[in-house]
Amino acid sequence: MKMEEQDGKQPEKQKQEEVCPGKKELALDLATAQETQGPEFWRSLQELAGSAEFRDMMHREFPKGASEWVDTVSRRGFMKLMGASLAMAGMTACTKQPLEPIVPYVKQPEELVPGRPQFYATAFLLGGYASPLLVESHMYRPTKIEGNDKHPASLGGTDVFSQASILEMYDPDRSQTITYLGDVRTWTDFLNAVRGPLSVQKGLLGAGLRVLSRASSSPTLASQKAEFLATYPMAKWVVYEPAGRDNVYAGAEQAFGQPLETLYKLDGADVVLALDADFLYAGFPGNTRYIRDFAQRRDPDSGHMSRLYVVESTPTSTGAKADQRLPLRAVDVEGLARGLAAALGVGSGATLPAEQQAFVTAVAKDLQAHRGASLVVAGDHLPPAVHALVHAINQALGNAGKTVVYTDPVLAQAGDASGLKDLVAEIRGGKVDQLFILGGNPVYDAPADFGFADALKNSSIPLRIYHGLYQNETSDLCHWHINEAHYLEAWGDGRAYDGTVSIVQPLIAPLYGGKSIWEMASLLNGQSSTPGYEIIQGFWKKQHPGADFEAFWRKALHDGWVEGTAFTPRTVSAKAPASSSAPGSEKSIEINFRRDPSIYDGTYSNNGWLQELPKPMTKMTWDNPVLVGPAMAERLGLASEDLVTLTLNGKAVTAPVWVQAGHADNSITVFLGYGRRRAGRVGTGAGFDMYALRYSATPWIATGVTLAKAGGKYKLATTQGYQTMETPDGGSRPLVRTASLEEYHEDPGFAREEEPPAELTLYKPYPYKDEPYAWGMAIDMNACVGCNNCIVACQSENNIAVVGKEQVVLGRHMHWLRVDAYYQGDRDNPKAYFQPVPCQQCENAPCEVVCPVGATTHSSEGLNDMVYNRCVGTRYCSNNCPYKVRRFNFLLFQDLETPQLKMMRNPDVTVRTRGVMEKCTYCVQRINQHRIDAEREDRLIADGELKTACQQSCPANAIIFGNINDPNSQVSKLKAKQRNYSLLGDLNTRPRTTYLAEIRNPSPELEGKAEHTTHG
Amino acid sequence: MDNSTEQLKVPRAPVIGPGHTFATITDKISSIVLTRPLSNGWFLGFGIAFLLMNMMLFAIGYLFVRGTGIWGVTIPIGWGFAIVNFVWWIGIGHAGTLISAILMLLRQSWRNSINRFAEAMTLFAVSCAGVFPLIHVGRPWLAYWLFPYPNSMGVWPQFRSPLVWDVFAVSTYATISALFWFIGLVPDLATLRDRSENRVAKMIYGMLALGWRGSARHWARYETAYLLLAGLATPLVLSVHTVVSFDFAVGIVPGWHTTIFPPYFVAGAIYSGFAMVLMLAIPIRKIYGLEDFITDRHLQNSAKVMLATGLIVAYGYIIELFMGWYSGNRYEAFTMWNRMHGPYAFYYWMLWVCNIFVPQVLWIRKLRTSPLWLFLISGVVLVGMWLERFIIVVVSLHRDFLTSSWGMYYPTRWDWMTYIGTIGMFLAAIFLFVRILPMISIFEMRTLLPEAEVKHK
Repeated sequence: MKMEEQDGKQPEKQKQEEVCPGKKELALDLATAQETQGPEFWRSLQELAGSAEFRDMMHREFPKGASEWVDTVSRRGFMKLMGASLAMAGMTACTKQPLEPIVPYVKQPEELVPGRPQFYATAFLLGGYASPLLVESHMYRPTKIEGNDKHPASLGGTDVFSQASILEMYDPDRSQTITYLGDVRTWTDFLNAVRGPLSVQKGLLGAGLRVLSRASSSPTLASQKAEFLATYPMAKWVVYEPAGRDNVYAGAEQAFGQPLETLYKLDGADVVLALDADFLYAGFPGNTRYIRDFAQRRDPDSGHMSRLYVVESTPTSTGAKADQRLPLRAVDVEGLARGLAAALGVGSGATLPAEQQAFVTAVAKDLQAHRGASLVVAGDHLPPAVHALVHAINQALGNAGKTVVYTDPVLAQAGDASGLKDLVAEIRGGKVDQLFILGGNPVYDAPADFGFADALKNSSIPLRIYHGLYQNETSDLCHWHINEAHYLEAWGDGRAYDGTVSIVQPLIAPLYGGKSIWEMASLLNGQSSTPGYEIIQGFWKKQHPGADFEAFWRKALHDGWVEGTAFTPRTVSAKAPASSSAPGSEKSIEINFRRDPSIYDGTYSNNGWLQELPKPMTKMTWDNPVLVGPAMAERLGLASEDLVTLTLNGKAVTAPVWVQAGHADNSITVFLGYGRRRAGRVGTGAGFDMYALRYSATPWIATGVTLAKAGGKYKLATTQGYQTMETPDGGSRPLVRTASLEEYHEDPGFAREEEPPAELTLYKPYPYKDEPYAWGMAIDMNACVGCNNCIVACQSENNIAVVGKEQVVLGRHMHWLRVDAYYQGDRDNPKAYFQPVPCQQCENAPCEVVCPVGATTHSSEGLNDMVYNRCVGTRYCSNNCPYKVRRFNFLLFQDLETPQLKMMRNPDVTVRTRGVMEKCTYCVQRINQHRIDAEREDRLIADGELKTACQQSCPANAIIFGNINDPNSQVSKLKAKQRNYSLLGDLNTRPRTTYLAEIRNPSPELEGKAEHTTHG
Repeated sequence: MDNSTEQLKVPRAPVIGPGHTFATITDKISSIVLTRPLSNGWFLGFGIAFLLMNMMLFAIGYLFVRGTGIWGVTIPIGWGFAIVNFVWWIGIGHAGTLISAILMLLRQSWRNSINRFAEAMTLFAVSCAGVFPLIHVGRPWLAYWLFPYPNSMGVWPQFRSPLVWDVFAVSTYATISALFWFIGLVPDLATLRDRSENRVAKMIYGMLALGWRGSARHWARYETAYLLLAGLATPLVLSVHTVVSFDFAVGIVPGWHTTIFPPYFVAGAIYSGFAMVLMLAIPIRKIYGLEDFITDRHLQNSAKVMLATGLIVAYGYIIELFMGWYSGNRYEAFTMWNRMHGPYAFYYWMLWVCNIFVPQVLWIRKLRTSPLWLFLISGVVLVGMWLERFIIVVVSLHRDFLTSSWGMYYPTRWDWMTYIGTIGMFLAAIFLFVRILPMISIFEMRTLLPEAEVKHK
């Protein structure tokens, strides 16, 4: 034994000796390397570092081509570039760790526990309006957006844009440096370049200085703007919002003599009439709150279920929720509104066609019967006259102050096109010396008749500065581009729809050192070095002077809003509406320009989550086809995907058609925001630019458009190709079960159907009742308004990949949760239903028995778990899933290379690679997090404490998740309701996700006339 | 032996041409391997087949690099060409086992001239089939997890899954088929060893012949072994396709969840297998002048088997339709409606034409005995049987329970390259086989001669 030991030791010694010389050499090398400021062996690269491209690359992080990728999303091309840039990045950083000593935390920062997220309150700004948020942060990296559940404008809900804004922040295509004519510059370079010209302008009182920005509700920015105009009295600060609310303010001005904000109290409304108003979808200020209030009033068991009438041109999710819907051209809405006003004794209206008259009579009667508890809402895009009419109607109905409230305007300026028009004239006249474009993308979205791009291109403005998140069409025509700091990276403030101020609190230091609009405004006012924090805090210090400012400030940051800043309701009286100026019911075809439900006005065109988000009614992704009603399509011989040329005012756009059931006849709808020429890898080239047809005089509704078949087809990517429950053989499937309120009262259990006995299975049933938890979900389809929030929330929470248009066409989108939309009845005015479908977590799961490797198994708490590591990808489980909720990684859909996207991902959720099946897990990571907390405190997880991502973001409270072993849990109570049913329950899958049947509350007067009544 | 005596009485086409002796049979069959020069035709045929096989390898290589997404499979059609082709090839293989095992046990001595290459065909078809389950999974490098092997992860396959049963069924089948084929080859390999003049060939055949000397003891052991293997292989004829059909029948997809699948699949397998036997036998016997050994009687018998199994398949189709209606299940009923009227209706009706209508002409004796007609009809049946699997796999999946999740399936060029490539691989193997091994069992053919009969006094 001893011998052996000795023998064993000797070689080790020898080894050490062998190693040592090498070590010494290495140490020497390092020493010399340190002396020479950087390792010597990289001398050739230092030489390389002298080249302009190399310096450029250091700044941009990616090689030049990367941010100018103009192809469609080509993973191969992208990977090549990324691979090359990674290889080069390896050369700039010669070792994996920095040369400087690094140490772990000796004292951990307070409250920071690795693996445990923190939440910070902030606010998201869209169209100037703030949406209060709580942002989840993992080790200082924001990863998930949640609604601020304490804030009255959110109550925990969010909208799709704020949910997806986290991806925008990490978007690798965001501009990353300051550039001058395309070359990289520093902030100091920029300051040097503008300081002189600005002081010249100061002398000229700003005569040649123009600022163009988007609408804003920020009190700080408003004060900065006032200061700016004081410093440069001749200067102009123009606000342009391509899809803004100028008609709303103009309408209020007509009615009240001043622009006012109109707020709705849907919780108090028994009867609601929406005139082409999509108030239940993102983009309508306050929609999050409105959805909550509306959904609450839809409970058929409450005894006061509201009734919703909708008149609309293009089908929207609001129209889908209507109890009574009337498809009507947008130009005819004014006539109808006048008719209604006349019926209610306000003004006089022309005679209406019989169908409209019947509708108006019934609605008027219903509204009259609910004076003070009724509500008429007009769509943002309707002409001011309609808004004024509606104000008068609401007043006549006694709703003012009850269901409708007027406050001071949230936006300092709504941003109509008139200011931009003057600006273009000044540019053409050579009167502008310096143009600061702060955000927006006017070259792309300015009205076509202004020729803004042309004016800018041919102008001799010596200094054009574009400040924005992206290099885009506008930055191309400017000298300087200043990269903007994202709202999650910068300090700011803004007002929610009710006026409440939220402080925008950054979650992370700017990834690329951008500047916020407040910092830019501060620069204009001569304080170029004031950091955003001081600007915002400084402003609020002035508003709240006193010793307790620190407490005030901390409270505002912590809560997410500034106490007492909500506007107080104003008591105003609406003027009688002006006499009829309604356009005659000319029969020419009208075109509706609408904000896109997914990418807004084009702001989010480079956001993959939103591009791939199925639009609520069409389930369209990645494109904006021309929506045409079925009758009109038939008349013109058009089918979906046919290319047509739209001609309006002599301008033409060729785009594909989508035949949309329920679209008003003689009317077409196009969504704005597509056809970007320079948006980034995701957005460039997707869809068709409809701004090209949009004139300032008719920004929303224009008549006289012509459609001509252009020949050829264009492939569109929908996620749901078949949108009815009726099968082509004439059968019908009871997927969404519905009844009218009356039918429901007669037979409350109408939705239930006989299900096979639980023991009718080959396998031994598991005693779930003996477990502390049995997870289940109830989805109230009566509450669901199809707002799509859950889809984006799920995508963000669960690291779900974006697959691109071609893959969506093939049917390979990855959403774990989808919202199916079904149409029923008359194709020209169908009823529409939404059904969110996550994994049903069947107790007798058909997927589990067929998996050959046991990669999908059942947990004792009833979850159908996916073991990604074990999955070999036979796809048998998906074939055998009757709900088709399983998603397969047919290719490597995840971007595993881009460093920014790595930072964005939820660290609690595995990132799936190619060849693996995935699906909804009921957010098992959240369950486990709460289980750990509860076990540590030796208690059970309390009801309501644990929310899935979809549930949390749902503004309607339509998704309720919890423990069904607890009879007092909210979910158990919902499941005990009589309208609770299992989807495909006859298959004996015993799903844990169940649905509450949808109840409609049709008008007894109108329903008799309607051709199609629906039964479950 | 009763058969052959009976043959003398009943005026039927003979199973072996007149005028043959032990020596002529041996000469004739072994000469194809040993002395006949390689023709340009062989080179051309093998070359094309080999190229096609390489196309398949390329397609599979690209598949491994990119992933299953290069195929047309999607959600909801999770299985496409790969599974269609797998079932098709496995089915084709069945005829070989049926001929060599079941017909042997039933003492149908006419099988002697076709069993060898039918078994070879089985083996090659199973190899082609075996390509697909491996490559169709998302992570093929982990496909071995379907096998129960001791591992440090402590996990086993999930034995309730028909795919695991498939692994056992197909691997058993491949093993038994290979063994059966090889054991049957041993006496003939010894003949080739003895007759071969090339030293290398002599050595290779010698090694493969396992020291066969043809002693009575060898023969006695051989007969026992062969009989035992035949006994083992016989249930496999029924079980393999039964298990394959479970892949579908165990699923809940309308159009899959059917109890008729096992017998209907087995019959379909034999149906397509005999079609493939005929498609191979007819040109081979022509090219190599083997009409004396593979006689019109063989062709006719095969045609009759096809007719019989074809009718069973027709019964299956009819019962599927009937049950779709009789079950009263809206999903089943719609699936049948969708087959007949849906987007893939053309293929469904082609299936009826190819598998049911066209083969009925085999009732006509004249066509049944015409090699050309048989060849054409066999081709039609092979297409029809492929369509059958396509209808079952793809058309059932593309419209199942939730209308919102309906989809369409479009095979890509990679799907076609892989499929056609396996046909190339199959043909390349057949081309090699006919020139390397005796494609007809020499010693079994000799037993067909009157001289081989044991005379009772």
